[in-house]
Amino acid sequence: MTEILRTEGLSRYFGAVTAAEDINVTISEGEIVGVIGANGAGKTTFINMVTGYLPPSQGTIAFDGSPIKGMGPRKLMRKGLARSFQIPQLFLELPVIDNLAIALSAAEHRQFQMIRPVRTPERIKAADEILEQMNINHYRDEMVTAMPQGARKLLDIAIAMLGNPRMLLLDEPTSGVSMEEKYTLMDTVMEAVRQRGLTVLFVEHDMEIVQRYVSRILAFASGEVIKDGPVDEVLADAKVQELVTGKHHRTPEKEGDA
Amino acid sequence: MLTVWAILIDGFIYASWLFLVAAGLTVIYGVMRILNMAHGSLYALGAYAAASALGWYYAQGGDQLWIAFAIIAVSAILIGAISGLIIERGLLRLMYGRDEILMLIITFAVLLILEDVMKLVWGTTPYFAWQPYAAMGRFNIDVLTVSQYDLLVMALSVVIGLGLWFWLERTNMGKILRSIIHDREVSEAMGVNVRRMFTITFMIGATLGAIAGGVTAPIISVVPGIGVEVIVLAFAVVVTGGLGSITGAAVGAVIVGLARATSIHTMPELELFIIYAVMATVLVFRPHGLFGLAAARKI
Amino acid sequence: MKLERTELSLIGVAIAIAILAQFSPNWLVFTLTLAISTALVVMGVVMLMRAGLVSFGQGLFYCLGGYAVGLGGRFLGITDALVLVGLGVVVTTVVAMILGLLMTRYREIFFAMLSLAFSMILYGILVKSHGLGSTDGFGVVDWTLLGFTPGDGQATTTALMLALVLALAIALFLNRYFKSSIGLACEAIRENEVRVEYMGISHRKVLYINYVLAAAVGSVGGSMTALAAGHVDPTMAYWTISGEFVFIAILGGTGHVAAPFIAALIFTLVRTYAVELAPNAWQMILGIVLLLIILFLPKGIWSLFTRKKGAAS
Repeated sequence: MTEILRTEGLSRYFGAVTAAEDINVTISEGEIVGVIGANGAGKTTFINMVTGYLPPSQGTIAFDGSPIKGMGPRKLMRKGLARSFQIPQLFLELPVIDNLAIALSAAEHRQFQMIRPVRTPERIKAADEILEQMNINHYRDEMVTAMPQGARKLLDIAIAMLGNPRMLLLDEPTSGVSMEEKYTLMDTVMEAVRQRGLTVLFVEHDMEIVQRYVSRILAFASGEVIKDGPVDEVLADAKVQELVTGKHHRTPEKEGDA
Repeated sequence: MLTVWAILIDGFIYASWLFLVAAGLTVIYGVMRILNMAHGSLYALGAYAAASALGWYYAQGGDQLWIAFAIIAVSAILIGAISGLIIERGLLRLMYGRDEILMLIITFAVLLILEDVMKLVWGTTPYFAWQPYAAMGRFNIDVLTVSQYDLLVMALSVVIGLGLWFWLERTNMGKILRSIIHDREVSEAMGVNVRRMFTITFMIGATLGAIAGGVTAPIISVVPGIGVEVIVLAFAVVVTGGLGSITGAAVGAVIVGLARATSIHTMPELELFIIYAVMATVLVFRPHGLFGLAAARKI
Repeated sequence: MKLERTELSLIGVAIAIAILAQFSPNWLVFTLTLAISTALVVMGVVMLMRAGLVSFGQGLFYCLGGYAVGLGGRFLGITDALVLVGLGVVVTTVVAMILGLLMTRYREIFFAMLSLAFSMILYGILVKSHGLGSTDGFGVVDWTLLGFTPGDGQATTTALMLALVLALAIALFLNRYFKSSIGLACEAIRENEVRVEYMGISHRKVLYINYVLAAAVGSVGGSMTALAAGHVDPTMAYWTISGEFVFIAILGGTGHVAAPFIAALIFTLVRTYAVELAPNAWQMILGIVLLLIILFLPKGIWSLFTRKKGAAS
């Protein structure tokens, strides 16, 4: 399998606080990797560094063989690295269809067109397709404010997918979604992921969700990767059970996880 | 060499005046996150109140300098505190939680209203209250003449600056205000009466504006529009120094004051230009002013 | 190119005004010209507002447009009105392209204050320029239009015709612009900059283009005001004038390309009477109306139209 993402010695310090320390991870094309860890363990810091939101203090990141450290989200997006957000990042006062049309025009590098409407027939068609796939087509012409949290999560992920990425980082896709909805939401998302052949890095608190949808797990504790391997192996690890899965410690977020 | 002295003297006199004008603005912004466009109008209100009270006093044949100062202080504090209370309780309170930019527009509306209120109350003919300024006299440093009144303004400015510092850093209320600045929700949850603190802060800020106007009244002719002119100067000072910071306002005032004095003594035609050029230059290198904190972005 | 309904209506209204103007008294024609010119500057404010920015310094570009007309006639010997307007656009665009590099780094009140500061810099320079009449300003030369020299009493109508044509062209363009990729990208930036960046769109570039365009449109408004009024002075750059533009923008709302025109017309007409009837209460009226709009019609008077439409259907 070809390698798509590799980090070496990736670290991040906030003053004296170590948010991430010496993270060495290699991910191959097509892998679905779960990232677990208690709050403040460094998951989001890791994701934020990989997606260019947070500059690493040390270490290197390579995407698709070339170094990406220091690149902003915009460049990474262009290289094929997209992300969704724990709190969906959407254009609340715009219709759902326009949220998608803007993403599509950006993906076509046509974001500076001044005369041609953003809603071209082709974009509307593409938007309708993904709305249908995500099962949120009934919100098509509503403002995002009219959508419930689950639908917003799906729209957020749909927008990330419209950039034609090769790798997708999902930041807690089921947080804030009710228990009953979680599995339908994840089924929808994973189906879309499979169809597009995406590599996925997937931060999640819910171990049942992790177990069901990923093939490999990175377990984080106090800023470090304490275990990296197949699902069963990681979840059976004593240290992981103690520090990550044993009890769901819910300590206040300290590193800007929100 | 003489020019250098003149620049330094004029610069610091002007700087202390600028600090008086800007202090209230920055206090209100620092605590409440409201950039009060109507601050200039409070300055004008203070000037009108002081000028008409002084006019009445001197028309009665009064000639005591200390009474004149007391009149300035009382009239400015009264009108500042009362207008501050009315504006905060009557209007701003209904709007809390809105965008900073919307609050700016709301205070712009207040400015428009106050401008005309002042015209309706005091008319459009100028008010003069030069007596205290003249009575203070002047003295010479070499060939430069310095008015003692200006020195008094300087002293007042220092006193107010220290007072604000003491209030915010050393008193119990200052501690509460800093907790509000740090995190409003948490302070509220901890039982701080944020609304009351806001009312007090706004009244104090407004009063500072009115005091600035009051002490300026003897130096200028009080006419409609002085507030509108002053507010942009105050903006330049607080933005240069960093919005919401008292130290910033002081440093900003000194920088702007010296820059203006330099311009007046060397290139008078650039006087207004230089003030904003200083501000723009600072912002190019320090986007949030010298002592301003960059707003954290949140995902 | 197929024209949609809004575009047909805009053209229709422009033609109707052009015809009615032939039978209207001079003062009304003049007021209309001023209203249209003002609306163009307000249009720039609206373009910025759609991107989430409030400019308290759009008077800068208004003034540049005006002074370009004045100076072009006086020092370059240009008399053709269109060339003068074009000169204003060029000068303004160059200035905006430089300022835009700095301005696009700022949001919210910082953008508002910095735009205010830049317009006050121009004001400060003009007030101290004795060669240009300081605070009094100076008169604009008699102008021609494409070889036609307006005779006595024709200048007002000619100015209106020119303003109408320019405003129509700009309105048609902006109507499409607002719905285009970049137009929507502006609204997207207002809504959520983080997401815009993660879509692969540079928010600085979008804001930059929008800022420069808004400035150019504002300059046309300033140039037309100068041509119609025959006079320019530094108050064009004073910040309270920019405040009026913000007022009109909020009055109309950002919902439709026609809104600034309607709001500017109401503003100009009411001012004509208010300044005579209650000269010391005009600003107070503005302030109170502004508060009422913010409280009760946050999307401007245009929302009244759309609400009615919704109720009818």
